[in-house]
Amino acid sequence: MSEPVVELDALTVRFGGVVALAELSLSVEEGAIFALIGPNGAGKTTAFNIITGVYRPSEGDVRVIGASVVGRKPHQITRLGVARTFQNIRLFSNMTALENVMVGTDARHQTSVPGAVLGLPRHRAEERDGEAVARSLLEFVGIRGVAGEMAKNLPYGDQRRLEIARALATEPKLLLLDEPAAGMNPAEKASLQDLIRRIRDDGRTVLLIEHDMSVVMTISDRVAVLDFGRKIAEGRPAEVQNDPAVIRAYLGAPADAS
Amino acid sequence: MPDVVAFVGQIWDRLPSWQRWIVRLAILVAAVLAPSNSVGRIMAPSSDWKTILFQPIGVYILLAMGLNIVVGLAGLLDLGYVAFFAIGAYGMATLATKDHWNFWAILPVGVVLAAAAGVILGAPTLRLRGDYLAIVTLGFGEIIRIVATNSNWLGAARGISDIPHPPNIDHMKAFHYGVLDPKPYYYLVLAMIVFVFVVVRRLEHSRVGRAWQAIREDEDAAELMGVPTFAFKLWAFAMGASIGGMCGVLFAAKEIAITPDNFQFLLSVLILAAVVLGGQGNLPGVIVGAFLVAWLPERFRNLQNYRVLIFGASLVALMIFRPEGLIPSRKRRAELQAGQGGMGHLGAEVVADIEELR
Repeated sequence: MSEPVVELDALTVRFGGVVALAELSLSVEEGAIFALIGPNGAGKTTAFNIITGVYRPSEGDVRVIGASVVGRKPHQITRLGVARTFQNIRLFSNMTALENVMVGTDARHQTSVPGAVLGLPRHRAEERDGEAVARSLLEFVGIRGVAGEMAKNLPYGDQRRLEIARALATEPKLLLLDEPAAGMNPAEKASLQDLIRRIRDDGRTVLLIEHDMSVVMTISDRVAVLDFGRKIAEGRPAEVQNDPAVIRAYLGAPADAS
Repeated sequence: MPDVVAFVGQIWDRLPSWQRWIVRLAILVAAVLAPSNSVGRIMAPSSDWKTILFQPIGVYILLAMGLNIVVGLAGLLDLGYVAFFAIGAYGMATLATKDHWNFWAILPVGVVLAAAAGVILGAPTLRLRGDYLAIVTLGFGEIIRIVATNSNWLGAARGISDIPHPPNIDHMKAFHYGVLDPKPYYYLVLAMIVFVFVVVRRLEHSRVGRAWQAIREDEDAAELMGVPTFAFKLWAFAMGASIGGMCGVLFAAKEIAITPDNFQFLLSVLILAAVVLGGQGNLPGVIVGAFLVAWLPERFRNLQNYRVLIFGASLVALMIFRPEGLIPSRKRRAELQAGQGGMGHLGAEVVADIEELR
């Protein structure tokens, strides 16, 4: 519980004249559930996009398990051990739930076109293992029964779970969840919290963006608050909750940002 | 109107494996027996059936199966596919006439040459998406043809003639590659079609096929889930190109002479039409599509130039009443109904994706 899994070091991101992140420094320890909160437009998803290699930072560095990810391609960063879900669900809608998760397992597979064409034993073993892992992950997130359904036909809550299963299939050390509880009812939220804890108990580190304060306060070990690209507070949930700067940021923000 | 194709598909899904093998074997036997005069009288009363079975039918089917990898599976719009066919054909023509190589030695070289051309074209251009990629590939197809037209070494506009046939196998009539009997060439293209069918099926049902489909559906999400999208798009290009090259080598060996006019843009369009109308992404559909595109104009040769008009009208009608193709893959059909086919994304859509990721 000491080594940082991900470290943001004075990270600055500019889009034209807009500063999306300003010298953000953050360090998430192994085995933590770390929440990133803040009003809309504070730069939370931008931080995710930097960590996963969608954008390059204007300045600063990001290290995942000690290795800098700046300049690496997203799929390489995935292999380093970072996986994510999306704010707006982005499943492969016309693939089955099982196939969606298998795409995730393929991130760890070595054989490619020659292996598939020649039907090499190693390739076949990887395919078998991939399917077995995918099925067990569907069970782990609680949607085993829908393996053969097309992703787009799943109910909303199942789609969220499927995204988590697909991300877990890449065997991440760090899992980034972008508003996992959005649109969920209280019962679904409770079982989501349970799922996130089980993911952590499996030895993974979770960094999540979440607007639902009850979820954040219940499951997070640590919380960082962003506002206009700056970190205005960080600490245990109870400390952050009473921080005057945080209260000011939230009261000045639109009503839906709570 | 009941959907006969979907009905047959459901029956096929329920067949046990051994019955499927019987059906496959029956189709293969039918294909082997196809070049006969009695079949020809029905299928092509005003053309030489055995000749058109090789070219255009066999050639179009093989080319369509290759283009299907690029367009149907990986969702990359390639308008210059004929270039790879040309590279295979010119590879055969030059190596056989200038260096006196044997057909069987040139075949793998032609395949590798075309695949290399696919990689060379793909490496800089596969960073483009949708419409932009289509325009660049269209240019590539024209460049290859124009280079051949202007290069004296490649025979310029006269092309290359006196290309030798494949060597004969003694005492086996089916392997005597002469001028008059097209049957041996038909069996050769049939063997290639079966071979490519097996290869493509294996790719489809592996991580490669999954990666291609994931790219087609959401390239950014695929990359973030660990799919090396660029490498897999390049593989799609190389595999498609090598099949085009293979077909080109065989074509040149049969035709004796080739000219740049054999490799017009129109051929790229016809093959693309075959892939789309048959049902992109689905091998049986693509084969049927290519067969129809090749066969219909020959069947109605007695209608003279009206046949082209009828052909065009039937293509338009088909795309109106069955936009997913004659025998669509189940996934492709779902994508089209949801209005999000992988082909022809607009640039604006990419921008929207980036905005969303922000």
